[in-house]
Amino acid sequence: MEVNQNTLEHLAELSKFKIAASGNDKLAHDINEIVKYISQLDELDTSGVEPTYQVFEMENVWRADKILPQEADREALLGLAREVKDNQIKVPRVL
Amino acid sequence: MKIASTSQSAVEMVKSALEKAHQFQDDYQVFTWINDEAIKKAEEIDLRIKDGESVGRLAGVPYALKDNFLSKTGPTTASAKILTEFTSPIEATTVKKLEEEGAICIGRTNLDAFAHGSSTENSYFGPTKNSKDLSRVAGGSSGGSAVAVALGIVQFATGTDTGGSIRQPASLNGVYGFKPTYGTISRYGVVAMASSLDCIGFFAENPQDIDLLMEICAGQDDYDMTTLPDYYEEADDDISKVKKIGVIKDFDNEKVSASIRDALKNQVKALESEGYEIVELEMPTLKYALPAYYIITPAEVASNLSRYDGIRYGWRSDEAKDLEAIYENTRNEGFMPENKRRITIGNFVLSSGFYDAYYLKAAKVRTLIIEEYNQAFEKCDFILSPVGPDVTFKLGEKVDDPVSMYLEDVMSVPPNLAGIPGLTIPAGQTEAGLDVGLQLVGPRRSDKKLLKFAEKIMRITNKGKGA
Repeated sequence: MEVNQNTLEHLAELSKFKIAASGNDKLAHDINEIVKYISQLDELDTSGVEPTYQVFEMENVWRADKILPQEADREALLGLAREVKDNQIKVPRVL
Repeated sequence: MKIASTSQSAVEMVKSALEKAHQFQDDYQVFTWINDEAIKKAEEIDLRIKDGESVGRLAGVPYALKDNFLSKTGPTTASAKILTEFTSPIEATTVKKLEEEGAICIGRTNLDAFAHGSSTENSYFGPTKNSKDLSRVAGGSSGGSAVAVALGIVQFATGTDTGGSIRQPASLNGVYGFKPTYGTISRYGVVAMASSLDCIGFFAENPQDIDLLMEICAGQDDYDMTTLPDYYEEADDDISKVKKIGVIKDFDNEKVSASIRDALKNQVKALESEGYEIVELEMPTLKYALPAYYIITPAEVASNLSRYDGIRYGWRSDEAKDLEAIYENTRNEGFMPENKRRITIGNFVLSSGFYDAYYLKAAKVRTLIIEEYNQAFEKCDFILSPVGPDVTFKLGEKVDDPVSMYLEDVMSVPPNLAGIPGLTIPAGQTEAGLDVGLQLVGPRRSDKKLLKFAEKIMRITNKGKGA
């Protein structure tokens, strides 16, 4: 499996990097090396094996539907953003 | 020396730790930030002790905090440019628990940005150097924490371990490093990397200190729904029932260096002479743990690191006007190359068309690895193995070759995939004076017994500083 330029550009879009920036060839090369490495799992027969997504032993963790006290209030959280207006985070023009 | 058993005052301990921290900083780059205000906290604690108050089990003990734990004390950067303008409004549960017992944070330790790496060379602030050789790597990702303990700046430091980030740098610097059973310690307030693997753990000079830290920090947390119900304090730690130690046959083939193989042989011999039975284990699937890990981890990384957008917190590139360009420029400049490799691979293995061949396949391999461990622990109590293939390597040697860097983790990732505990035990030095470490791995929830057994090994081999 070779990750071609098209796939790479698609991945960059999903990853939200500017892939056209310098150093791109190195990233493409590295990605292909890594894909080659991880592809060795093909050797292993996994038919009939159930996947494991987490090792946590419990099915569901329930708690009372009550708001736990939170250390950080609205002001502290908004204070982290670069731009705030009318108690909300301001983002640049979208359209 | 055991922590908290000293007759020194908090001020004396903190002063000495801060002096050493500053003294070593230029050469070793242990810290991303040193907390000179720690002295004030020490004065408070000494006053409370003078007033006859009970201050806690870590009263006045200075410690180093890996810089991916959120704390209101100083900035939290995860050694990444994208978090350089971030100051946490919350305190991680682990930090809270340590400080409730009187521990004092004297600084934030360096790591590979977002804990992606095995050498601490991926830090935005530059690499931490090995405690025994300034031309060599500290290991990683918790390199700063390992070196802080190895240089004697502090007696303990926190770490996170997703695929060896505590055990490998501990091994490369001759200290104890422990990754508990998955879910034992709350991860609330810790920068997430790969959520199905991430564990909080510790570096210390001996297993007894780690046991104390585990007693303090283990337990269910309302703020982290992936924590297990409390089990640590009440856990069975009767090591008189430990009879059989497993050694993995196939790992010999994984290009393990002679010094590591010798250390393993010596340890095995020492255990045999104490009457332990050595059981040879066939674990043929284990060699697939690393490729499976480098599918599962990037997948979770791609998801967890999508939150860094330059909008809500952290550093933002000023070279962009519209929203999309802010995301792209901020993430392009704010992440290190290894962060970008992992995010890209993660989005690759999760994208439609590749999901079944990579992500689903890796998740199935994970099941096989868990089953292999379950069978192994029917034949033995603990498994003794190398932590990694060799001792510390030269700065710059592997940093531009991701696959060769990944191979550093070949023996440390299997316990993470299975969610089981692993401890690095110092096992001497090479002729050149470089540290050699071995790894002791046990079944789920065997953490306390494993630390007790490591204490016994320490006494047998007389290798750890605390012996």
